[in-house]
Amino acid sequence: MTPLPEPSTTAAPPRPASRPGFVRREWLPIILFVLLALLPFAAMLGPEKYTLSLVTRVMIFALAAISLDLILGYGALVSFGHAAFLGIGGYAVGILAAHGFQDAALQVPVALLASGLFALLTGAISLRTKGVYFIMITLAFGQMAFFFAISLSAYGGDDGLTLASRSKLFGLSWLENDRFFYALVLALLIGCYALTRAIVASRFGRVIRGAKENPVRMEAVGFSPFRYQLAVYVISGMICGLAGVLLANQAEFVAPAYMAWQRSGELIVMVILGGLGSLHGAIIGAAAFLLLEEILSGYTEHWKLIFGPFLVLVVLFARGGLLGILAKVRGKSGGGR
Amino acid sequence: MAGTPAKAEDFAKAAKPALALVDLNKAYGALKVTDQVSLEFAPGELHAIIGPNGAGKTTLIHQISGLAGSDSGHILLDGQDITGLPMAARVRKGLARSFQITSIIPGFTGLENVALAVQARLGSSFRLFGAVSREERLNAPARAILETVGLLGRADLPAGLLSHGEKRQLELAIAMATEPRVLLLDEPLAGTGPEESAAVIALLRKLKGRYTIVLIEHDMDAVFALADRVSVLVYGRIIASGTPDAVRHDPAVREAYLGEEGL
Repeated sequence: MTPLPEPSTTAAPPRPASRPGFVRREWLPIILFVLLALLPFAAMLGPEKYTLSLVTRVMIFALAAISLDLILGYGALVSFGHAAFLGIGGYAVGILAAHGFQDAALQVPVALLASGLFALLTGAISLRTKGVYFIMITLAFGQMAFFFAISLSAYGGDDGLTLASRSKLFGLSWLENDRFFYALVLALLIGCYALTRAIVASRFGRVIRGAKENPVRMEAVGFSPFRYQLAVYVISGMICGLAGVLLANQAEFVAPAYMAWQRSGELIVMVILGGLGSLHGAIIGAAAFLLLEEILSGYTEHWKLIFGPFLVLVVLFARGGLLGILAKVRGKSGGGR
Repeated sequence: MAGTPAKAEDFAKAAKPALALVDLNKAYGALKVTDQVSLEFAPGELHAIIGPNGAGKTTLIHQISGLAGSDSGHILLDGQDITGLPMAARVRKGLARSFQITSIIPGFTGLENVALAVQARLGSSFRLFGAVSREERLNAPARAILETVGLLGRADLPAGLLSHGEKRQLELAIAMATEPRVLLLDEPLAGTGPEESAAVIALLRKLKGRYTIVLIEHDMDAVFALADRVSVLVYGRIIASGTPDAVRHDPAVREAYLGEEGL
């Protein structure tokens, strides 16, 4: 038997699906978004450019991590090639810009279409496998995308592609403004969070969650999970492609490294670190990962030597990731009341 | 008394069986687990299939439900050949099953488990918006079924926390929610204690007549109390089929099977 997947039940074992914990946790994303919205004002007091750039990067990876959590946390589909979508979104921007199409009004639809198609094709094949084989096959597709990008010698090949400027927004250069860009990324993060939140709570989401726990039972009530899993895989790929568009714009640079399997692994780490299957856990995980990287790499270039054990501890002692720890801490203070 | 000879004969003579198996075969390598099985199940009858361990009862249920393929032969649901259909398609045509090892979704509440089955029947499962947990179109029928099986009071508990007997009842509720015409029940009493099994037997008695039921069960008291007809499967072959009384006194059956049970 698999353990109950919801962090709420693992966090508070004595009471089943404790309602107070559930309601309280729903405040967390709101607090998170409010903090992110207030941050630019605080940033003005310090090194504004650095802070905005760092947190914008955090939010972009949070978006990618949310897209992965949608299939990994709710569908148990361990995609080990998710970074491919980051790259596809990024290269859609880079290649179009190289040909003079700099407007996001064209770049974003192309990026979404390309990542959706890639998800549809690779998903249709990889979703016919299960477990370890699914991991391997998504990894293989991710690597194919990686090496394809390297072979694009017209677009920088191995070295990648530097953008002349950030994308235009209907002809306007607003994205060049870091504050505006920050606000745009935050708005998209909130929008995609709300979208995925709605999806997991919908009829469709219930099918995905059911197929995660017991696929045979799903078939025995008349569902063929494949179609639903393919659909959610496409949705997830498109959201991650959008994150790729933003990442390319933030760095003003696209490279095959966006799609490297290490990057896919990092996305998985973010999702697990934050807490699987909660969506905002992915935001916390992405923030923790990138901020730790930023801080630790300031001390030593071997920062992963410190990060690795930290990750092991979190996975060993907090089944629900950082979100689980938060819930436990609050559960204790709430229980002593 | 259920299963008088006259009644059983009515079932046997019924013009159009709800479910029919025609020369069904399956082998794992050299081992024939289903050997030329032909059976007809009349609409509304409760037909028990019994046999010693390893007789191939569960494999037969797997074949009928579509979880396992058949090497040859045909399965007809209301006269329509469903032999090549996958399990999910058979369910949508009105053939539901329960499993010997309880198969529910442990992280869903009891209500969600049943509402999911209602949703499977109603469709629109590509709907990406609207909180499914608040949909009365799904919850109301689910609650009605939970009331029938006696689990309404436990509807909001995660199904993984229910007792074993309650899980068996929930699984029946899930099967009922697909609105089947034929119910395949693979040892619904397996692993239940005396009180739990009494509850499940009472439930089966309630369901009897509402569906055509194919029942595999080891509990002989339950089989002979519930079944309209009984078929005996030994080494993949049907060696006898008839009323409980006729089967009980069939010398071949006594020799092959019932003798060791001390009947």
